[in-house]
Amino acid sequence: MELSGILFYLISFLIMGGIYSVICLALNMQWGFGGLFNAGIAGFYAVGAYSAAIITSANTPNHVGGFDLPIVVGLVVAGTLSGIVGWAIARICVRLKADYLAMASIGIAEIIRLAVINEEWLTNGSLGVSRIPRPLEEFFTGRESEMVFFVFVWIIVAITFWVAHRLYKSPWGRVMRAIRDNEAAAESVGKDVQSFRTQSFVIGAIFMGVAGALSAHYFKFFSPDATEPLLITFLAWVMLIAGGSGNNKGAVAGALIIWAIWSMTEIITQQLPPDWATRSSYIRMLLIGLFLQFVLQRFRAGLFPEKAPKLNVKSHG
Amino acid sequence: MIAFENITMRFGGVAAVDRCSFEIPTGKITGLIGPNGAGKTTAFNVIAGHLRPTSGRVLLEGEDITALPAHKRQAMGIARTFQLAHEFHRMTVVENLMVAAKNELGENMLNAIFRPGQCKLQEQAAYDRAMETLRFLEIEQLKDQLAGDLSGGQKKLLELGRALMQHPKIILLDEIGAGVNRTLLGKIAEKIIQLNKERGYTICLIEHDLDYVSRLCDTVIVMAQGTLLTTGTVEEVSRDERVIEAYFGGGKYQEAI
Ligand SMILES: Nc1ncnc2c1ncn2[C@@H]1O[C@H](COP(=O)(O)OP(=O)(O)OP(=O)(O)O)[C@@H](O)[C@H]1O
Ligand SMILES: [Mg+2]
Repeated sequence: MELSGILFYLISFLIMGGIYSVICLALNMQWGFGGLFNAGIAGFYAVGAYSAAIITSANTPNHVGGFDLPIVVGLVVAGTLSGIVGWAIARICVRLKADYLAMASIGIAEIIRLAVINEEWLTNGSLGVSRIPRPLEEFFTGRESEMVFFVFVWIIVAITFWVAHRLYKSPWGRVMRAIRDNEAAAESVGKDVQSFRTQSFVIGAIFMGVAGALSAHYFKFFSPDATEPLLITFLAWVMLIAGGSGNNKGAVAGALIIWAIWSMTEIITQQLPPDWATRSSYIRMLLIGLFLQFVLQRFRAGLFPEKAPKLNVKSHG
Repeated sequence: MIAFENITMRFGGVAAVDRCSFEIPTGKITGLIGPNGAGKTTAFNVIAGHLRPTSGRVLLEGEDITALPAHKRQAMGIARTFQLAHEFHRMTVVENLMVAAKNELGENMLNAIFRPGQCKLQEQAAYDRAMETLRFLEIEQLKDQLAGDLSGGQKKLLELGRALMQHPKIILLDEIGAGVNRTLLGKIAEKIIQLNKERGYTICLIEHDLDYVSRLCDTVIVMAQGTLLTTGTVEEVSRDERVIEAYFGGGKYQEAI
């Protein structure tokens, strides 16, 4: 492979790695700070992706819209709708303990995901939404457009990171961590646990929706296959746990490392005999699982363990 | 004053607290004693709002607070510690205390994202107060340790500190002395008396060691099997036949010795 080929591969790797970073940072807002076990990430991702797809693609008889609106509008709508869905789920489930929240969130998010992908009038069903634009498409094509998209994705990653970091450093983040560590004690020091948990679930859901929107623009075509929970929910969890939950840098590092391994396992499974091909995704899952096992044996809290943020105060002697 | 009025708290078939009434007078140190399983911790949970009673009312200075959730009772001046350690284990000691201070500005999510500078003054105040509290409890050297790594006794002090951070009117201490060494125990007793005498805090404490209770408390409330047995000074109640009966179970124990 010549140099530009490698560069091109690297760019597309970093685009997907960036999208996963956004998901992972969002999951860190929910689980890392707040202890909220969201097992329905793919649902929020789907809501975001389809919202953006429908808002920004050209008008078509195949499904509602498209509305041919700017990409920024699509992103805002994607985040907002996903956040509203998150709020509704939080209203129902946030009172539940972690394991029940996991079941409830996976159930509800799957229902929403299946509804979205099966309502043909809304999303064109299994045929998917096509002709989704990328930013500045009219000026750049081919590999250049990929470069532009790479920059676009990483601007969003930077914004997400900035938000996550501010939350983590703030008294708000401290309350969330307290609730995560001990709910009853947090109540006893006057924190409205339900309200805080709802907030953290919603802010996470917003960014999961934004990540979905990014992927819709990247693929330019979005169909139900892309919302496969194994690819979204499972991988995002592995990324956060391996990277270090409660640590934003860990979330990004985990996303990139696991995505790199995931991509490499594809190269391995391509070498397998054809009758294994149908099982390849499960083999890849297994390899990723083994890697996670390996990491956690060595680093119990992930590669970048949680650290208490530096206090923004002056200490007098 | 807290009035615990005819409270029943059922868990399925078990009535942990059964038509129990008592009062915690303002400005005093009151003990709550009774055998294991008497319902003392459950009574605290009902007062602090962690449990909603099956029936009965909790009054704070005459106001019915039975329906208020725990976090709102804290705002009314009720602070507590827990029988089993309830520290925020992945946070540092100073963070454990700071989180108990109210920071209205910084705890607002939008402020946290867009205007982090706004909460600076409150943050500084919380920090100063946390350090002052740690110094009062003589554990300031632990400030940057993870609370989960503290010893059992240190966790008890941490919880006391967390309660003090809240400017409470009433502090409920659930076996603050359990598992704590004698020196530290004496120190905690000193602090409790100091808090009561100098700061005027109302204190109610659950404790099994009657000597300790008699050292600290003006009056004691005795519970057994979910109900109020009697109240009075430690002297009085420890002579009470029913108390001896409840503690030592029908005289068999006394026969044995
Ligand atoms: N959440 C609960 N669910 C079911 N039963 C409970 C619950 N909490 C307490 N109980 C029961 O209520 C009774 C009183 O318990 P409680 O913890 O109030 O006793 P206690 O007086 O604090 O005892 P100890 O001195 O051992 O701490 C016990 O029989 C206990 O098993
Ligand atoms: Mg108890």
